[in-house]
Amino acid sequence: MKLTLRVWRQQNAEAPGAMVTYEVDGISRDMSFLEMLDTLNEELILGGDEPVAFDHDCREGICGACSLVINGDAHGPERTTTCQLHMRSFQDGDTIDVEPWRASAFPVVKDLVVDRSAFDRIIQSGGYISAPTGTAPDAHATPVPKPDADFAFEHAECIGCGACVAACPNGSAMLFTSAKVNHLNVLPQGAPERETRVLDMVATMDEEGFGGCTLTGECATACPKGIPLPSIAAMNKEWLRATRKVRR
Amino acid sequence: MTRTLWDSSVGKKTIMAVSGLVMLGYLVVHMLGNLKIFFGSDEFNHYAHWLRTLGEPFLHYEWALWIVRVVLVAAVVLHAVSAYQLSRRDLRARPTAYVHKRARASYATRTMRYGGLILALFIVWHILDLTTGTVHPGGFQPGHPYQNVLDTFSTWYGNVVYIVAVLALGLHVQHGFWSAAQTLGVGNATRDRVLKALANVLAVVLTAGFVSVPVAVMTGVVS
Repeated sequence: MKLTLRVWRQQNAEAPGAMVTYEVDGISRDMSFLEMLDTLNEELILGGDEPVAFDHDCREGICGACSLVINGDAHGPERTTTCQLHMRSFQDGDTIDVEPWRASAFPVVKDLVVDRSAFDRIIQSGGYISAPTGTAPDAHATPVPKPDADFAFEHAECIGCGACVAACPNGSAMLFTSAKVNHLNVLPQGAPERETRVLDMVATMDEEGFGGCTLTGECATACPKGIPLPSIAAMNKEWLRATRKVRR
Repeated sequence: MTRTLWDSSVGKKTIMAVSGLVMLGYLVVHMLGNLKIFFGSDEFNHYAHWLRTLGEPFLHYEWALWIVRVVLVAAVVLHAVSAYQLSRRDLRARPTAYVHKRARASYATRTMRYGGLILALFIVWHILDLTTGTVHPGGFQPGHPYQNVLDTFSTWYGNVVYIVAVLALGLHVQHGFWSAAQTLGVGNATRDRVLKALANVLAVVLTAGFVSVPVAVMTGVVS
């Protein structure tokens, strides 16, 4: 396959960036999108140019490190992570636009790499439980109803890649935050911090400069792990419950 | 708790949802009342007069109407101020647009902000036209709403402004009602289809009900 790539190049956080056009040839349909970028980078290095910086780690679709907006879609045209996107999703001769996540809370570090530590700070403000130390408790000492366990697992699937923020026209982190809140709030292990968790995590989300939710549904469409849109309604319910229960 | 509501993006959405539902409830009653125009001038004018005597003798003349007006103004102001502040936050959160553009979300969802602005301007015109009579075409007669409605819908611009605003209302309600349900935490996977259907029904019924009046005047069904 021969492709024309238009890639966002930006030297550092302060420097202005621009789309730069590259031609790549000899791309196999079986390559992942990141392997295609590796091919481009090898050519750039051989030509004495600086390679395109992009985030990646496990390349198995489970770590949440990769983050590219491909032709306007977070993680590209398939519902998966960029590392699991294969070049067979494109046609020979295609022009492909590659951009970083765009959100004021995710400033560009270099080229396609953005700083997603705002997500870490949301987690720090409430994405934990108080677990007693000492001997391991007996198995099944804390019963969890099956529907609750399923609900928690569904939300625990979130890998924190930030595609929801990138896809949202408002740069909102509501789907991410709701996945994390719902995951712990439904379980007995998360019960002690049930109210403070949702209030603190939503407050941190606001402080970090993410936009609000207008229920466009773009986040749930882009999510590689299929966190559903009703998660947001479930978190809103938790938030309203917490405002009634907690006095501060 | 009031502070928490006003300071949080989720809280402000809650305020928008509740004020929106208050206005929506009013609109359903308003639309049904409008349909009285199909039963002739006596019944329509009598209905309008009854609205002023509502709640008597416990309430004084027109007090019920004023209570409704105060509640509605509060709802409009809270809804608009929250929308403005939330929109500012949303625009700040995405300072750099994507180079590769594509349409995001449904038409009703994308037009919520413009639709809201159209509706705000329409409400001002609508009150100046049929409540105070300031910009009413022809002689405005207080207490004779039937004739006043005929006057307004006998002008081309009266019809255009009204129908455009009502179509904007339909779109606004279609996304707004479902959205409010999500914000208030009523939505879940199993209820989603019911809520979406309810939003569509409300949007279509409100639009059809309101539009039927200018159409009836234009076609001579009401004269």
